[in-house]
Amino acid sequence: MLVEGIKSRPIYHPLEPKPGSRHILVADAEGAEAILELATKTPDGFWDKARILYIPRSAVGKGYEERLQALTPFPLYVGPTIAAAIPRLTKELSDAQMGTQIYLAGTEGLVGQAMIVALEAGVDQGSIQRDHRGSEARRVQCVHCKGITEEVTTQPVKCTHCGLMLLVRDHYSRRIGAFQGVCIDAEQPGTAPEPEEAFL
Amino acid sequence: MTTLDFFHDETFRDDFTYWNSPEAIRRFPFPFNEDKYMYSVNLEPHVAFKPGSVFEKSFDVDEHYVSEMRDRALVLQEDPLRCQSLPHMNMAGWDLLELIMTKKAAEYPQWFELHQDGDRWRWVNRPLDIDHTFTFLDNTTLPYGPMEYIMRQTQGDYAILDQRDNNLWMDAGMITTQADWSLDFDLGMNFMEWHGPVPLAHEMGIFDRALKFLLNVRQGQPARRLNWTMTVNPRLDTSPERYAKWGTDRMDVNADNVGQLMHLRVELQSFWRLPRSNALVFPIRCYLISLQDLATIPKWGRRFHRVIRDLPDELADYKGLTITRPYVIEYMSQFDDGAPTSPGIFADDE
Ligand code: HEM
Repeated sequence: MLVEGIKSRPIYHPLEPKPGSRHILVADAEGAEAILELATKTPDGFWDKARILYIPRSAVGKGYEERLQALTPFPLYVGPTIAAAIPRLTKELSDAQMGTQIYLAGTEGLVGQAMIVALEAGVDQGSIQRDHRGSEARRVQCVHCKGITEEVTTQPVKCTHCGLMLLVRDHYSRRIGAFQGVCIDAEQPGTAPEPEEAFL
Repeated sequence: MTTLDFFHDETFRDDFTYWNSPEAIRRFPFPFNEDKYMYSVNLEPHVAFKPGSVFEKSFDVDEHYVSEMRDRALVLQEDPLRCQSLPHMNMAGWDLLELIMTKKAAEYPQWFELHQDGDRWRWVNRPLDIDHTFTFLDNTTLPYGPMEYIMRQTQGDYAILDQRDNNLWMDAGMITTQADWSLDFDLGMNFMEWHGPVPLAHEMGIFDRALKFLLNVRQGQPARRLNWTMTVNPRLDTSPERYAKWGTDRMDVNADNVGQLMHLRVELQSFWRLPRSNALVFPIRCYLISLQDLATIPKWGRRFHRVIRDLPDELADYKGLTITRPYVIEYMSQFDDGAPTSPGIFADDE
């Protein structure tokens, strides 16, 4: 079974300003850096059409909120967790018209979940950019019980829902916003290796 | 054969009473046309070929039909996520229902009938004891969505691919007999993404060429290919969802039972353009044969020994054969006298 190097894994690029009627920027933690770098490349008037949603998470206290707020005249949205920010993001995206550009930056968990909301709101994939910054922690879906384990840093990992020891594969579903986890000792139960840090 | 006695009463789980008649063994789609195997773009027109073979009819119906449909119903009862269709795929479901009903009624009139009176259609499926009148394109007149309705009466898994942006998107499917991949996980992926886990073939350019071919498949000109793997026991439902339940089967194989337990699993895959939705439908029809039955055809016994012995390790690992392959090679070696084999997949006396 292939574990690494699977082509369904998303490819990330630095954010680039694109012409648009509106710009929605969503970031968590170190993803703020990606937005600040984007700001060095944006044309005049870009930020007058921009809304920024930010979830500080592990970068709380690093002062990113102030620097992001300085970019745009609209009030910065600051959310405590990704889950708490989803309703706000859903609203922003369902209000978005054709020509809206979406910029996602930060952990793969944030990027993946924001991507689901955008696709469900009918945003064309071509108007979504993704940049991965900060922690390599993964969202993993257990292929057996379908439960999602957040913030996975080890290989293998115990499913927080059904308790099976899962091998984390590079196979990635955009629709679910998660990597695939498959029982690692199904052939010989009880032989799972000890989890080791793999995604930091 | 016209009578309903043709269909076996057998199981693909628990006590595994599945068996192949001598006729089923002879018509088994042996997938190797030479003594070695590597991935290739093995696509050909799906045209009627060789009476009695699995390549004769558009959608082959064999002695396992009735029991296979019973097994599918059990899988769906436990896990309805094996059948999913994104909202924009409803028309493709009707296209598929029409394709299968018209082909089966024309090619197996002893078992299936379709009477069309405008939008009022009457469908008779004798093996499954169904006689149902419904309105074409009206979902409320069927007990399930159109895809699920016809798939509960059709052997094999089916994926329906939406075609857009020069790619194919797996946006619907009925997948209960899969070789270890998850529809629920792959739903919404494109051709390159769902093939992500396959080793070597991307680098060989196989998927680029295959996708180009599929994007150009036209209505009325279906194509086909064979794919294969191996399964312990005649188990249809080797899904990743239930892997923790069947994975241990691999430890049951030993030198004494390998001929009965290990099965060659061959997929007859075909590709059809649908008329209204322009979707592509991909039937994956699974055939299972135990090694001891396979070896009753001398050419197949010789050739399969050579194929499995020389199979590249990457392919063996991907197919889940790491534990069982040594037993298979040892067992098959008794059927290989070193004699040359003839070209092509069919037994020598045909
Ligand atoms: C559009 C129709 C097709 C669909 C829906 C489809 C689907 C799949 C899926 C789901 C897998 C399993 C991947 C995994 O391990 O998760 C697979 C494997 C594979 N597919 Fe396809 N496929 C299609 C067409 C083709 C074509 C035309 C080729 C031509 C060369 C091809 C070649 C392969 C190969 C070589 C494998 C690995 C099989 C093995 O070693 O057992 N596929 N396919």
